[in-house]
Amino acid sequence: MQTAELKDVDSVVVRFAGDSGDGMQLTGTQFTDTAAFLGKDLATFPEFPAEIRAPAGTLAGLSGFQVHFGSKEIFTPGDTYDVLIAMNAAALKVDLANLKKGGIVIANIAGFDAKNIKLAEYPDGSKPLEDGTLDNYTVYKMDVTKMTKLALEGSGLGNKDIERSKNMFVLGLLYWMFDKSMDYTITFINEKFGKKPDIAAANIKTMKAGYNYGDTAEIFTTRFRIGQADMPKGTYRNIMGNQATAIGFVCASQKSGLPLYLGSYPITPASDILHELSKYKNMGVKTFQAEDEIAAITSSIGAAFGGSLAITTTSGPGVALKGEALGLAMILEIPLVLVDVQRGGPSTGLPTKTEQSDLMIAMFGRHGESPLPILAAATPSDCFNMAFEASRIAIEHMTPVVLLTDGYIANGSEPWKFPKESDLGEIKVSFLQEPNGPNGKLLPYKRDEKLVRPWIRPGTKGLMHRIGGLEKQDETGNVNYEAKNHEFMTKVRQAKVDKLADYIPLQTIETGKEDADLCILGWGSTFGAIKAAVIDVNAAGNNVAHVHLRYMNPFPKNLGEVLSKFKRILIPEMNNRQLARLIRDKFLFPAESFNKIQGLPFSTEEMKAKILETLNKK
Amino acid sequence: MSTVTTPTNGTYTSKDFVSNQDVKWCPGCGDYSILKQVQNVFPDLGIPKEQFAFVAGIGCSSRFPYYMDTYGVHSIHGRAFAVATGLKATRPDLSVWVVTGDGDALSIGGNHFIHMLRRNPDLNVLLFNNEIYGLTKGQYSPTSPTGTVTKSTPFGSLDEPFNPAELALGAKSTFFARTMDRDPKHMQVVLKRAHAHKGTSLIEIYQNCNVFNDGAFFIYSEKETKKSHGIFVEHGKPLVFGTNEEFGIRMEGFKPVIVNIAESGISVNDLWIHDERDKTKASILARFFMDPKTPGHLPRPFGVFYVEDRRTLDDQMEDQVKELQAKKGKTPLDKILSGDKTWVIN
Repeated sequence: MQTAELKDVDSVVVRFAGDSGDGMQLTGTQFTDTAAFLGKDLATFPEFPAEIRAPAGTLAGLSGFQVHFGSKEIFTPGDTYDVLIAMNAAALKVDLANLKKGGIVIANIAGFDAKNIKLAEYPDGSKPLEDGTLDNYTVYKMDVTKMTKLALEGSGLGNKDIERSKNMFVLGLLYWMFDKSMDYTITFINEKFGKKPDIAAANIKTMKAGYNYGDTAEIFTTRFRIGQADMPKGTYRNIMGNQATAIGFVCASQKSGLPLYLGSYPITPASDILHELSKYKNMGVKTFQAEDEIAAITSSIGAAFGGSLAITTTSGPGVALKGEALGLAMILEIPLVLVDVQRGGPSTGLPTKTEQSDLMIAMFGRHGESPLPILAAATPSDCFNMAFEASRIAIEHMTPVVLLTDGYIANGSEPWKFPKESDLGEIKVSFLQEPNGPNGKLLPYKRDEKLVRPWIRPGTKGLMHRIGGLEKQDETGNVNYEAKNHEFMTKVRQAKVDKLADYIPLQTIETGKEDADLCILGWGSTFGAIKAAVIDVNAAGNNVAHVHLRYMNPFPKNLGEVLSKFKRILIPEMNNRQLARLIRDKFLFPAESFNKIQGLPFSTEEMKAKILETLNKK
Repeated sequence: MSTVTTPTNGTYTSKDFVSNQDVKWCPGCGDYSILKQVQNVFPDLGIPKEQFAFVAGIGCSSRFPYYMDTYGVHSIHGRAFAVATGLKATRPDLSVWVVTGDGDALSIGGNHFIHMLRRNPDLNVLLFNNEIYGLTKGQYSPTSPTGTVTKSTPFGSLDEPFNPAELALGAKSTFFARTMDRDPKHMQVVLKRAHAHKGTSLIEIYQNCNVFNDGAFFIYSEKETKKSHGIFVEHGKPLVFGTNEEFGIRMEGFKPVIVNIAESGISVNDLWIHDERDKTKASILARFFMDPKTPGHLPRPFGVFYVEDRRTLDDQMEDQVKELQAKKGKTPLDKILSGDKTWVIN
């Protein structure tokens, strides 16, 4: 019997691609969780179509899941992949371009009949599995559909259920190919289908059939073994960005002692935060699926007035709808966190694709002078830190805060060396208990040294007061239309946001030297690609630094000083120069831009190429 | 130490609910009467005043919170219902009142209005209906009769007006009542009924805008015509109206007809007996909405049309939290942070 060679590698990228009904997301997630569980570092990139079930076999219906895992530090889901699982012709058509030369294609023959080839828009008469298209690759063809049927013969399951199990065959085969145990997924299946033991048994049986097929079919020449990742010691879990955002708020609620309220309207790719938080009712979390985006945020304003930690979650179009209410929260000076999981815009744009194009609307997207603090998360696990931090700032500084994440990190996952409760910072809450002015007078807009007004909880005796969207008199908060007062209040609200710079961490340099030839200034989800690229180009002898912003407004106090020491600055963004405008406006640095507006994250290779090009362009 | 003294429960007077802000409605506005009746009724409700919160949107009526010495939010146009829902959902201990107008509630806030009603949070909603836009200086509103001539409709408005009662019942309102600014006693009774109802209590208040739509409801509010064009319904009592209570409403099949009690010789007991709990009857009553200039029109009803006991949103939310806390207890934060599946790197 031929034995497949076991090859040691330090990292591998696998892409699962098929119809949105083929279960690729589940397969990818299980594969990822198993890899994580076995101690690999990793990064994932799920990609779904905007349509829920576009016609089967079409290019529009394609769903992909990419995972990059290995024993070295992993910063991105990988630019190109080593293994492509193509469940049908459409998957091959779209995803072959990024398969490494010599890479492995595992193709499900059942998805390559004449009808599927036509749906994939290959020219008439094409036979991509046979006609030389795949000459440069290692191709394993198998009829997954048929083998799943055979494996489940006599199981009593209907055709539909059998058809649905075929992703498990692929998963089993990959576990064999990557020398991984199936135990993690067996436990998962048993838990998931606890009430349907026949379905659980069928899934496990199919997965084992896939594993055994690899072992006995004698067609596979190579298996891969990946060592334990060299990661900092500690206990890890795998986490997705939206999940991290959700538990960041649960922790902020518990640490501040305030009940958590979420008003939200479902929108891709933010809905998972609503789903996740809805599970935490036993933690006193109240979630409200409102009738629209406006009701979502305004109900949160009501909850914030009532003394809750109130948040609202949305994506691009929702931010536009929430603009007026955000202005109200701003002038009311109440704590509120708005999470914008950015996606491709404008309008409905690219609902399932990523982009960083809401920095400007977060900064300026309200009428009148309406400055707000803005934070941005860099990685899936960083969403936890920034959700917690956004809550702290909102509460301690009595202001709405915008937290920007995006589809890439919201749906992507990575191993997370999670903190313990005792590692979490403090969030100080003080509700006013007695009148704060002279002679027992209540002054709802009297400010402290941070320029912050007191939070007054309805129900507190003797502190009845009214707040509203009309301009208010300094200190008393009474309606006031005087010219000078309005100018004063406008400036004091700006000064309050500016002053926040005294209460956030200083800017540090992520990688490289403080006087490097070139600084790559990033923000948000470009972190991984920049980090990986800068490490690589420096390893080749270049002198490049990576500075990554998490505080977008106000900027850290020392940012100007940090940036001034670099000879040049390059700002990569998945938008048409938004941070670049802010940096040029504030510091008058001639920062250069590197923009990608394709609904896709930067690849490490294109980042490296741009860095080298910039270095060479003297 | 606080020098503010708050009277103990039960010893308030209406003055205790008057804020230190000057009331800035036009002289003669119907809003003054509504403010006064609310301030008159509140001492009788037996609630410490710090437990009251007023929420309003935008419009003349929505300035109301500034004039009440309670907690209050003057929010944005049309959104008071959502603000109040969030407040009540998180603070069920508060008595939350929403003040809105026909434009605020039925035009820009129409979506929130219907969704609030179906969800039934325990709110008291005062809908000031003056059939005109006052704060923007006199355009027609979603309750203005078709053909209303205003600055924006110099040749008459084209839109069919909403009938708030029908709209509310269609949206599954659990309490609907109608009253008017010029009948303080009736309004006080209705305010107390609304307060007593657990759920969203909606009161439509006919309110005179003496600047832009003066006399819109005089036919129902003035002595000469009030009794012959309006009808005051009370639970368990027959529907009678007229200057000398000479008319009654009788159901002929599903059709309400006006009968002259003396002339027809029928007994008062054969008339329609008002039943607040009967949604079919309430729906028919809501449709007594004819133009009062139409000869022989059905009278416009005032009073509590409909009451239904249904779980409130805030109670249900609170119960879900309590049930899950009883069943699962609180999850330790360390458990939430670690999730179910972890691994160790040594």
